[in-house]
Amino acid sequence: MTKKKSYTWVVAAVVFVVLAVLPFVLPMFRVSLIAKYMCFAIVALGLDMIWGYTGIMSLGHGVYFGLGAYVMAMYLKLEASGGGLPDFMTWSGFDSLPFWWVPFGNAGFAFAMVVVVPVLVAVVIGLLTFLNRIRGVYFTILSQALAMILSVLLIGCQQYTGGSNGLTDFDTLLGFSLDASSTKLALYYATLAVLIALFCLCTFLVGRRVGKILIAIRDSENRVRFTGYNTAFFKVFVYALSAAIAGIAGALYVSQVGIITPSDVAVSPSIEMIIWVAIGGKGTLAGPILGALLVNGVKTFASESFPDLWSYGLGLVCVLVILFLPGGLMSIKDVPARFRAWRQAKSGGAVPTPELGEEGGQA
Amino acid sequence: METILMQVFNGISLSSILLLAAIGLAITFGLMGVINMAHGEFMMIGAYTAYVVQNLFKDSPAFGAYVPVAIVASFVVAAALGLVLEKLVICRLYGRTEDSLLVTWGVSLILQQAARNIFGASNVGVEVPEYMMGSLQIGGVYLPYTRIWILVIAIVSLVAVYVLMFRTRWGRNIRAVMQNRQMASSLGVNTRRVDGVTFAFGCGLAGLAGCTLTWIGLIGSGLGQNYIVNAFMTVVVGGVGSIFGSVFGAGFIGIGQSAFEFLTDASMGQVLIFVCIVILLQFKPKGLFETHNRSLED
Amino acid sequence: MAASQHMSRRSFVGLMGLTASALAVSGCSGSAVAQVSSGSSGSDDASAAADGVDGVFGDTIKVGILHSLSGTMSISETSVRDAEVLAINEINEAGGVLGKKVVAVIEDGASSNATFSEKATKLLDSDGVACVFGCWTSASRKAVLPVFESKNGLLWYPVQYEGMESSKNIFYVGAAPNQQIVPAVDYLAEHYGPRIFLMGSDYVFPRTANSVIKAQAAAKGYEIVGETYTPMGHTDYATIINKIRAAKPDFVFNTLNGDSNVSFFKQLKDSGISCDDVMTCSVSVAEEEVKGIGASYCEGHLVSWNYYQSTDTEANQKFVAAYKAAYGETRVTDDPIEAGYDAVYLWKAAVEAAGSTNVDKVRAAAGGITFEAPEGTMTIDGENQHMYKPVRIGRVNADGLIDEVWSTGDPVKPDPYLKSYDWAAGLSS
Repeated sequence: MTKKKSYTWVVAAVVFVVLAVLPFVLPMFRVSLIAKYMCFAIVALGLDMIWGYTGIMSLGHGVYFGLGAYVMAMYLKLEASGGGLPDFMTWSGFDSLPFWWVPFGNAGFAFAMVVVVPVLVAVVIGLLTFLNRIRGVYFTILSQALAMILSVLLIGCQQYTGGSNGLTDFDTLLGFSLDASSTKLALYYATLAVLIALFCLCTFLVGRRVGKILIAIRDSENRVRFTGYNTAFFKVFVYALSAAIAGIAGALYVSQVGIITPSDVAVSPSIEMIIWVAIGGKGTLAGPILGALLVNGVKTFASESFPDLWSYGLGLVCVLVILFLPGGLMSIKDVPARFRAWRQAKSGGAVPTPELGEEGGQA
Repeated sequence: METILMQVFNGISLSSILLLAAIGLAITFGLMGVINMAHGEFMMIGAYTAYVVQNLFKDSPAFGAYVPVAIVASFVVAAALGLVLEKLVICRLYGRTEDSLLVTWGVSLILQQAARNIFGASNVGVEVPEYMMGSLQIGGVYLPYTRIWILVIAIVSLVAVYVLMFRTRWGRNIRAVMQNRQMASSLGVNTRRVDGVTFAFGCGLAGLAGCTLTWIGLIGSGLGQNYIVNAFMTVVVGGVGSIFGSVFGAGFIGIGQSAFEFLTDASMGQVLIFVCIVILLQFKPKGLFETHNRSLED
Repeated sequence: MAASQHMSRRSFVGLMGLTASALAVSGCSGSAVAQVSSGSSGSDDASAAADGVDGVFGDTIKVGILHSLSGTMSISETSVRDAEVLAINEINEAGGVLGKKVVAVIEDGASSNATFSEKATKLLDSDGVACVFGCWTSASRKAVLPVFESKNGLLWYPVQYEGMESSKNIFYVGAAPNQQIVPAVDYLAEHYGPRIFLMGSDYVFPRTANSVIKAQAAAKGYEIVGETYTPMGHTDYATIINKIRAAKPDFVFNTLNGDSNVSFFKQLKDSGISCDDVMTCSVSVAEEEVKGIGASYCEGHLVSWNYYQSTDTEANQKFVAAYKAAYGETRVTDDPIEAGYDAVYLWKAAVEAAGSTNVDKVRAAAGGITFEAPEGTMTIDGENQHMYKPVRIGRVNADGLIDEVWSTGDPVKPDPYLKSYDWAAGLSS
């Protein structure tokens, strides 16, 4: 257990050091890209808490990522329009700002809402589902529909949300030009700091009693209930926590990427988020960070080099990793041992655990 | 009055479309526990098969005969590819429900891109033969023949699934394996073969659905994506594991959605039906037809 | 046991190496320099921008092509990419631009607006392209607009759109609303009657287009008998057809996007409504979409564009022949494909007039430049950077091609803000 822990820490530390050094060696454009990947890594971290540790697979985390991003984008949009109406509202025939947009002009309020709005939505959805013991695949499919509904709503309320064009064309953040390299660097390191801080927070939580209960819920929810714990409460808590993390990631994302649209919060981006966690290795905290960074890095590389073919690569990687590396990239270290076990089984005829035998047979 | 009657028919028709899209999923997902995200892509395969068959008949005088050929071919092609997928990939995933979702999502990416490379990125057209054009007119009510055919095919598929599952030895084996794999195996059922055939059957039904949908919708690489979320919702509302629950799931969503759409608009209709589903699941967290199971953990 | 530890340490180091190198690779990856010409491609390193000035690298000029090659929009955008590549090839065979070969850097927008924005930044910053041909949806154009404005890049946008925009960093080669929508509504109201049913996909173009039509209808006394929007990927139009039947319009003004049109037209015909019962006029259905719907379903219905494959000009005969020779006899050309092709030639003409690929100089020289396009003589309006284009109403025929039934003859001056119409005063305030 301690060895596993220290391994996680070493992986995370190396990743963080590499991320801290990269801006010194890469051009600004690439730095912004990596900042974007870091935002995804933050989402993956939150997803790992709910999926890897609690065993609840949410295919709708684009919703919380999107809510955080839209809240932040509303603030940025208001700052960019300098007291005037955002451009898309003018086309929709508004004379004045809708009342509920007004407070988002205040930076403090907007920053708070980045966390509050996703948490509120998550608590409501969480109470509705977990209290009534909607779980397993039922929850997964429901969460997927949730992502679809949010994107339909965002598109449908064009006069308030910018419709399918989303919110874009921002200028400044707290008065600093978003275009300036200094702002970009500052945001890059802010994102890295948030990533490290949230990694520490999650590691801390996982090590505490609450983390043990979450793992227990994953492994056998009924036993936890019979021991007297209200599992629904813990599930709502971890769902809200991961929603808050996704919201923060969304806010950082929109400040650096400069655009958020309904298609970024719909079903397939939400599935991709799960893919990062799975490829990195769920239930390890460091793995999902690694997974998000690697998958997106490789995706950018592949789509630049083979714009027609990269979908094949992404699909194949997804299939192969999950089939043959169920523990994700974090379990690469176990491959030699598994391979030896498989060889031994072949030559000696001794049957190891059936799982190893079957999987090794294909390696 | 006529408008309302036609709207009722539209609701039933939409339900039959959902049922066709979901019935294969009710088998692969509901019975086998494989969250097959590539289900929509198997519908796409069926649709493209119909397109290829139609092109073979294009200049022949017996153009109208392409429809039954296409129906059989789309089932066979989709089932064959489903069998290949099962042998290569899915067979390693039984019991790993979540992993099956991720892997089949990867498969769906590959299949979509393959369709674009083989058939080109743009949609292709399928023409229906003369005898399926137009609509049956009863008073002021128009019932399109294509929709009547889809309704008929949905019912035939349903009956076929019922007969196969509950009236044949083969279906009994399938149910036995899905309920208790080890016990079935020890009683001499070849579980690997049953798995393969069952999954292929589910995929074949998806292909069949794709073929019929070419009469009323697009044939392109994006076809599957348009139906997949609703198909899963249909199975979930009906109750995972209950094939006939899917009938009620499809009816609930289909009739509800077209009613809401008529009263509001299409976007709002989708939102409202989703709200209804969430409310329904409050009372029936495992769908309308819960499969009873004495074990606590599932 | 010791050995196993050793092994796992080694694979661990390998894992870390993988991380670092993957991040670094994504950092300075090679670009997809499609070597369209036989000339040498420019250097594609991340520092390339430093080597080239205004996209000129030695004896080549680099331009970007940015369309969705994967995802839902690839259905429409890959053909425009093909037309742009065709134009670049033709130009290179004829000696290039300013005596230099044109090399295209092709990027995939992947139907995602954030990706469009990312790739636009990459093309301008890392590749240092002279200009970019690309985008299709309004959303993707809006996504890249801040990038082009802040980096003073140049985008040639090939698709008709909703207007209300005029960026100095974009040349709009497709139609503005007054070159497509407004004349189409007037034509239909005159020939078919004043009761209009508005139907569109739920996104910015249809909603904005319909608000223009509503203002137009109010001023001219047309009646809007219905207005409805369907989400992207909507497949069941039975309910809407039922609504159309109940509303008894003289014509349906259709702003559905590509995919949904297939379902709509098939289901419309099946429910026994032909173009003799209710005429429809579509502004997003061109020859390529007709192919996907099936000609028999939309035969007889009207569309409004600036160009059809059947347009009878000498330049068009050459263009259609070249396009089919390059990509196959079964392919068709249509309005956005033609606009993508024109965009490359217009850029070439502007560059030659400016004597430079510098964005400011090209922009200054662009006004008034003409090009004998397949659709007729195209002139760049220097003021709003849109094009003078003729408006053509066409009817889908049994072969899936479109026959012109009416045209303005002369090119119409672009008016993206509809300033020349009194009734539109409230729209662009």
